[in-house]
Amino acid sequence: MSDTNPDFTADLERVITRAMPGIASIANLKRLSGGASQETWSFDGAGSTGTTPLILRRAPGGKTVPRSGNAVALATEAKVIKLAANANIPVPLVHYVLQDGDDLGPGYIMGRVEGETIARKILRDAEYAEARPKLARQCGAILAAIHAIDCSHLPELNIATAEDQLASYRALYDSYDHPHPVFEVAFKWLELRLPKVESPTLLHGDFRNGNLMIGPDGVRAVLDWELVHIGDPAEDLGWICVNSWRFGETKKIVGGFGDVADLLAGYAQAGGTGMTAERVKFWEIFGTLKWGIMCMTMYQAFAQSGDRTVERATIGRRSSETEIDLINLLYPKAAAP
Amino acid sequence: MMDQPSAIELIMAVREFIEKHAIPQLQGHTAFHARVAANALAIVERELDQGAQANADEHARLTHLLGQAGTLAELNKELCRRIRSNAISWDDPTLVRHLRQATLAKVAIDQPKYSGLLNSTHTG
Repeated sequence: MSDTNPDFTADLERVITRAMPGIASIANLKRLSGGASQETWSFDGAGSTGTTPLILRRAPGGKTVPRSGNAVALATEAKVIKLAANANIPVPLVHYVLQDGDDLGPGYIMGRVEGETIARKILRDAEYAEARPKLARQCGAILAAIHAIDCSHLPELNIATAEDQLASYRALYDSYDHPHPVFEVAFKWLELRLPKVESPTLLHGDFRNGNLMIGPDGVRAVLDWELVHIGDPAEDLGWICVNSWRFGETKKIVGGFGDVADLLAGYAQAGGTGMTAERVKFWEIFGTLKWGIMCMTMYQAFAQSGDRTVERATIGRRSSETEIDLINLLYPKAAAP
Repeated sequence: MMDQPSAIELIMAVREFIEKHAIPQLQGHTAFHARVAANALAIVERELDQGAQANADEHARLTHLLGQAGTLAELNKELCRRIRSNAISWDDPTLVRHLRQATLAKVAIDQPKYSGLLNSTHTG
């Protein structure tokens, strides 16, 4: 990934040196990942204050395109990260939000937090052995803090209840016209148990392994806020319990590193109210179905939209992992050995 | 009748070439995609080995459960329609047994080492 054309490098350097007075030049610019909804670039700012590790997140190719699915605008993402920082939630520091005259497209520049996001390493490497038992409680506390953020001045955020989301995933699943009887029973089970939420809150929307920067000391930063929305706070707690994020550490329900009791204890200790294992379970089951349908969606990107990578093609065959998880969740007695 | 090697053996040869010879010479994203490619071939090997029997078993169970004939795809669509319309309850024991068996057979092909499969049982 080295489409570092001279114009882009020069534009970024011009913007960053103007926005951050301590920086005179940039170095080590490299693209970390690219998706349909954003590009992520890593670089260092150099100047009188030394070296500043930085990240640029911007629209693909710097072009303003409608972001996929439920993603918010990059400027909204930056606003929410700033609110999270004010609430003492571990997040990268947002240094600058790109403006129209910058010629870099929509996006923002933030600090680069060192650490590990790869779940297999976090769950297995000795380096994280002391962090692991603390993570579920920390995640609970962080989520309580996110859910307490006042977002009344951010009218651009979508409200998405369980009912809304179930209907939109149903429409998506129906549009693929490929029968999954296990998804049908999951829809049925969820439709019969739709939660009534008195006071919807701000949600991270994608709080799971991969989006958490972890160090030997624990959670260092919560990343990837593009799916932020307003809804049932239990949604965030349930999503990190989906078995697919446990990477084989299946007995540790929370992200493969912890127990639901610790997640709930951390949540309550940090001021979160009314959360129960039952509410979390609803969203774990919802999240499992959601990931199963997302696997179908990624296959569609291969079949319909010309994203002809072997990864896109193969991920369709991960729908079945969510089906066995749904069976284990929906019919727990029958699953007992 | 096709000559030897069988389709499974041909795919196995390609997968082993990717794993033992190509991947050690690749880096970064390309190495990652090569591992995904080898994994995709392993799925096809298992499907060639187990798929026909799994589909035949599923077809027989669906014919019995639904009391009608049809292709595997037609019967699965009919099952979905009946679950959705509550003609079959989501917790009907015969349905649950069928769903478990069909899903176990699928995961055994797609991801035989998946934790959720190991958690489940082969009874029922």
